[in-house]
Amino acid sequence: MATAYSSAKFVQPLSLNSTINGRSRDNSLFDPLKTGTSFLGSTRKLRVNSVHSNQGNVRRRLPVVAVSEVVKEKKLITKQEGLELYEDMILGRSFEDMCAQMYYRGKMFGFVHLYNGQEAVSTGFIKLLKKEDSVVSTYRDHVHALSKGVPARAVMSELFGKATGCCRGQGGSMHMFSKEHNLLGGFAFIGEGIPVATGAAFTSKYRREVLKEADCDHVTLAFFGDGTCNNGQFFECLNMAALWKLPIVFVVENNLWAIGMSHLRATSDPQIYKKGPAFGMPGFHVDGMDVLKVREVAKEAIERARRGEGPTLVECETYRFRGHSLADPDELRDPAEKARYAARDPITALKKYLIESSLASEAELKAIEKKIDEVVEDAVEFADESAPPPRSQLLENVFADPKGFGIGPDGRYRCEDPKFTEGTAHV
Amino acid sequence: MAAIFLGVGAATALSPSNCFDSKKFQLSTRRSLSGRKPWFLVVRSDGSVNLGSNQRSRRTQQLITNAVATKADSAASTSASKQGHELLLFEALREGLEEEMDRDPHVCVMGEDVGHYGGSYKVTKGLADKYGDLRVLDTPIAENSFTGMGIGAAMTGLRPIVEGMNMGFLLLAFNQISNNCGMLHYTSGGQFTIPIVIRGPGGVGRQLGAEHSQRLESYFQSIPGIQMVACSTPYNAKGLMKAAIRSENPVILFEHVLLYNLKERIPDEEYICNLEEAEMVRPGEHVTILTYSRMRYHVMQAAKTLVNKGYDPEVIDIRSLKPFDLYTIGNSIKKTHRVLIVEECMRTGGIGASLTAAITENFHDYLDAPIVCLSSQDVPTPYAGTLEEWTVVQPAQIVTAVEQLCQ
Repeated sequence: MATAYSSAKFVQPLSLNSTINGRSRDNSLFDPLKTGTSFLGSTRKLRVNSVHSNQGNVRRRLPVVAVSEVVKEKKLITKQEGLELYEDMILGRSFEDMCAQMYYRGKMFGFVHLYNGQEAVSTGFIKLLKKEDSVVSTYRDHVHALSKGVPARAVMSELFGKATGCCRGQGGSMHMFSKEHNLLGGFAFIGEGIPVATGAAFTSKYRREVLKEADCDHVTLAFFGDGTCNNGQFFECLNMAALWKLPIVFVVENNLWAIGMSHLRATSDPQIYKKGPAFGMPGFHVDGMDVLKVREVAKEAIERARRGEGPTLVECETYRFRGHSLADPDELRDPAEKARYAARDPITALKKYLIESSLASEAELKAIEKKIDEVVEDAVEFADESAPPPRSQLLENVFADPKGFGIGPDGRYRCEDPKFTEGTAHV
Repeated sequence: MAAIFLGVGAATALSPSNCFDSKKFQLSTRRSLSGRKPWFLVVRSDGSVNLGSNQRSRRTQQLITNAVATKADSAASTSASKQGHELLLFEALREGLEEEMDRDPHVCVMGEDVGHYGGSYKVTKGLADKYGDLRVLDTPIAENSFTGMGIGAAMTGLRPIVEGMNMGFLLLAFNQISNNCGMLHYTSGGQFTIPIVIRGPGGVGRQLGAEHSQRLESYFQSIPGIQMVACSTPYNAKGLMKAAIRSENPVILFEHVLLYNLKERIPDEEYICNLEEAEMVRPGEHVTILTYSRMRYHVMQAAKTLVNKGYDPEVIDIRSLKPFDLYTIGNSIKKTHRVLIVEECMRTGGIGASLTAAITENFHDYLDAPIVCLSSQDVPTPYAGTLEEWTVVQPAQIVTAVEQLCQ
């Protein structure tokens, strides 16, 4: 592993500031110094005076390496891994595009938040996980669900509101859950999922230390955006996770915009990764448009958590090509900024890399794209043909133990009333 | 109303170390039984006198048998039996908690000062020493996040008990309680269960000020997917605590700041109280008085007066604040045809308001008079003792209300 990516140095937060700043400059394929101020936003220049002034004194002289050079020395991924990553990102992209189509055709309603452009983060992280590891997401969760292994059919059905959806049609776009794949949601309020993720990590630690399941090394990933990083729950959970060394990775998908609020206009110090060391955990900043870089950082963070060394904060600089949701006209963002990021499309970048390093041929990649097209089409068909939830489903899952509906005037538990199972009982 | 307990040989209050070893203690009481005469332990809980073991007065009062709290649903009746062991309400909670933690290693506690400090009301005292710092977790002051953490832990297989140091602090956790605790089972299509217990002391205490005297049951009652119970005696405190922990549903257990030092003899054998059932405190014929938590004692005190005046009130401790036990309540209404609700919630939107609506909806034909609901004033609880007394319902008001109702 190239030294530039070694995590061993990051255990002590105090020295992190400098090294991270030093690394982040050199990290991306596209020279950030050229796009220096604009990587944090399109409408304002980044004022980084105080940060820079400290740099000279404490920065370690690390060898500055671009990814492409590292790659020449040592392969970052195998062919199989490469194809897997490509397929996952194509699945994410095609699925989301199909969602947009279906939305405008009136097959799904409400708030639908699409992930186009951010696939590298989901694929880069989630493809490193085991099935027992948990993922917690936000309302922009379709692709997290797909990467974690939830079948496209189940996700599409859920979006259509059918009973065959992963949540029986009761959750919708913003509440994707899967017990089988350990996807713990899907939350509509930002920041709401972070404590839940912290709890899942707590369970992992509890299993290991209290229940003595020595081999329990389940890791939890919490995905959330830049807007969430100004929310109390974020900070409270950073504190608790670092305090108890919970096996969790906090992944910030910094796409610079919280609906129409630019990250720079909302945050006093926009460099989110710096907030990690403040709580005693390493903070990484990585180019979220490059799946290989994300994967390298993710590997370290996840391994760190598995070893029991505690949490990590990873800020992925990424971008959403579409609006915040399908209802967002997206008029506020500068078209030049959008164009700039479109040129950094993670799928195109990976394709280029795979072909240039002879890991895959054009034909193989085309075949994958075709296969995914069929998967997505099949998912739509399946969802279309599925039945909507019957009335009897209305009251079924309110309580795990339906005795919670109480005792009715006739002395019987309400859940024993036949109208209850029909869904027409008034509880 | 003073709850009168028969305490045999229980001259020394249970110290925390004793109560863990209930069997040992039981043995010692048995030994001391033979040579002792029974004496009466009077615990007043009308909010104006010291409660509990500090103020044990031996008064041989005229025992009005019907005015005493009897446990209708327990196997061991405390007034006559010499079995069981005596303890204070907070010890009963601890005993229930400990028994469940012994029984299932997935049960854990999290909250502020629950570990090393032993809990601000000593409910978790000694547990951290016994079970370790991870099972009895001292959290930082971040209610929303540690409640959410409890929910995440519950989703992934643990059975956490989240303690709010004061129920009012859980207002900060409303996001997690409403969105995740209540709704997550539903929005996940039934995939994840949240067997969490959220508990803590609430209610109007003794001049604690407005923010520490809140009644959160009225705020939480609309949240779909949760159950709410309120304990009022050591017996039902332990029973409800155990039932709540064993329940697969998220349960909010409301305790009361002023009731922690109530003393009672509870059975040695294991028992659970049903989460959805109400408790018949005093059967009667003339009027149904529905109450819960601390107001039960105001009602029982008023009942004494009423009995002396010739009334026969039926007192029901509803215990289950959500859902209401409409069977017990309904049977009572069908018998007495008059309802008085006495609660500590605010007038507006409280438990009493919901209960009034539920009764009107279901039992309107059986009522001979409009439902009277006595609640606290819609006032932030003042600090001054005199003002505070006037915001909550006092026994005299209850007596007046019954007299008016029964005209």
